[in-house]
Amino acid sequence: MKHLSEYRDGKIAALLIEKIKKVCRNNWTIMEVCGGQTHTICQYGIQEILPKEINLVHGPGCPVCVTPLEQIDKSIAIAKLPDVILCSFGDMLRVPGSRSDLLEARAEGFDVRMVYSPLDCLKICKDNPDKKIVFFAVGFETTAPANAMALWQARKQKIDNFYMLVSHVTVPPVLEAVLQNEDSNIQGFLAPGHVCAIMGTGQYQYLSAKYKVPIVVTGFEPLDLLEGIYICIEQLENGHHELCNQYKRMVKNEGNKAALEIISEVFQPDDRLWRGIGMIAESGYKLSEQYKKYDAETMFLVENIQTSESPICISGEILLGRKKPAQCPAFATACTPQTPLGATMVSDEGTCQAYYKYRKE
Amino acid sequence: MDKIRLGHGSGGKLSQQLLQEVFLPKFDTGFLIQCQDAAIAPFNKSKLVVSTDSYVVSPIFFPGGNIGSLSIHGTINDLCMRGAKPLYIAISFIIEEGFSIEQLKEIVQSASTAAKDAGVEIIAGDTKVVERKAADKIFISTTGVGCLFDESKTCGIEQAKPEDIVIASGDIGCHGMAIMCARNNFDLETQIESDSASLKDMVHELLKADLEIHSLHDITRGGLATCLNEIAQSSKVSIDIDEENVPVSAQVRGACEILGLDPLFVASEGRLVAIVSKNSSDKALEIMHKYHYGKNARVIGDVKDAKARVNLRTTIGSTRILDMLTGEQLPRIC
Repeated sequence: MKHLSEYRDGKIAALLIEKIKKVCRNNWTIMEVCGGQTHTICQYGIQEILPKEINLVHGPGCPVCVTPLEQIDKSIAIAKLPDVILCSFGDMLRVPGSRSDLLEARAEGFDVRMVYSPLDCLKICKDNPDKKIVFFAVGFETTAPANAMALWQARKQKIDNFYMLVSHVTVPPVLEAVLQNEDSNIQGFLAPGHVCAIMGTGQYQYLSAKYKVPIVVTGFEPLDLLEGIYICIEQLENGHHELCNQYKRMVKNEGNKAALEIISEVFQPDDRLWRGIGMIAESGYKLSEQYKKYDAETMFLVENIQTSESPICISGEILLGRKKPAQCPAFATACTPQTPLGATMVSDEGTCQAYYKYRKE
Repeated sequence: MDKIRLGHGSGGKLSQQLLQEVFLPKFDTGFLIQCQDAAIAPFNKSKLVVSTDSYVVSPIFFPGGNIGSLSIHGTINDLCMRGAKPLYIAISFIIEEGFSIEQLKEIVQSASTAAKDAGVEIIAGDTKVVERKAADKIFISTTGVGCLFDESKTCGIEQAKPEDIVIASGDIGCHGMAIMCARNNFDLETQIESDSASLKDMVHELLKADLEIHSLHDITRGGLATCLNEIAQSSKVSIDIDEENVPVSAQVRGACEILGLDPLFVASEGRLVAIVSKNSSDKALEIMHKYHYGKNARVIGDVKDAKARVNLRTTIGSTRILDMLTGEQLPRIC
């Protein structure tokens, strides 16, 4: 199919691998930031066909994986309140909280629905005027514009039974946390193409210059990733550290103006807790003053949330690129997509699930 | 786990778990444990082939068919996969109070046409009506009975042998994506139509020809990946598939990309996998190509004497395991 098959072409892949082999002389560790990129790397076995000098480590860019346990427990508690319809994206319904997940709440008879777009919630609001519709909004900068649009529309259409449980995070602050980590051995980054399509490349330019690391804004198809890796390795071998945009067909330096405008109207920066990583200053969004009344956290006071993580799960270290799934004693034994101990095994964008789904042995 | 989840009905790993833990221990007398599309049971010195299936598809009308035709095609195909000639069908309806009689007539008409086209008689039936919300519009259950087309030729998912050739009878995933697009009102440039069809004529021509056909398995819930894994597990062989050769239409691939689905896990309702000996593969393909639902038939891989699993060679030349579906990818697809 046009615009897809040309980015999956085996012959061009072979040429890119030749170029990488030619330029690569030393050992290098590169982090691809986005879970979508990790998925492609595993699905197409990219690590396997690269020279052994190149070590790909996988980043924190899986929104479902980094959503704090407390928020998941909160969403389950809200779903169990009277007259509530809780909506979220499919992956989020399966993420284990401390004791259960949203699908289990649905099996118990509570009204939990999967939506493909937050705007679908507005129809549910109109069809159920006597219910309170809560959208559990998770994601990076990529889902923020659509979630903001849902609230903007709700306000415009005077829909007053719509609420949002906001758990939005942003990439640059967590990337900086990875860079500041003393144990980090990461020498180059493949930045998330779709996040940059919204936000532009400015923040990554800044990080690249400040920390003297090559950052390549990269797409999600196998050839995108191979090209991104090539550009990154070439810079490393030549001692350069620049921001480079591999994903020009989608990413403009200035980002998407309309999306940026609606994000800044509906959201404002906020400190956020990252599952497995901890608190990072100004690393996410909360609702802005004029949208406060849609905030599910103030509308539904669910207290006494006592969280408990699996003592075995090492998803925090996996999200920071410090460990790989095979280093976890529970991987593919106690922890599988049917019995996930941590969120990185649940989401399609989670590193552990990608490793499990596309494992070689 | 103390409650049923939607994933238990997905045809994937959770369904298998339910079978192993709940049904097989109480029901099995040697037939169910084989997990075949249909059972071949001894009857009066001859053999009876029996299959049963329930249909809960939502929406009940979709491009390319409706729950009525689907309920006949599905059961006929299950019988055919064992090398049977389908003879009779019993059909049961569970209908929600308030359902439109006009729509019911349309569903019954398509079920009747589907049965006639396949030369199968509907000889028994039942109707139950339940209160509003006790069922979603209409559910149908069909049971099919047949006899072996040729008593010397039975095929089953446990009969794949090393060096056999793996054929997919057409482009995969049309049914699943047709349902998904209808359910979500996706307005794509070209509508995806369900591939729901009776495979009887094609299968019978395959059986009539002097070919070594070891396994036939229709690709339904869980898609091609689940279908191949079931064969690999039952036959205790490894199946190696070349991703580049798996037929997927541009529309299905496009819709899957939008929804983040993998076509290898999306259901079909008129496609099968045939495992045939090396010498039989050319002729088998030639026969399949004569039928409109077999015109895209293609060799997608081969069988090896190795650990029971499915290996996939990707388009860029690496190899990985192709596992069966876990959890629910698409509920109420059939």
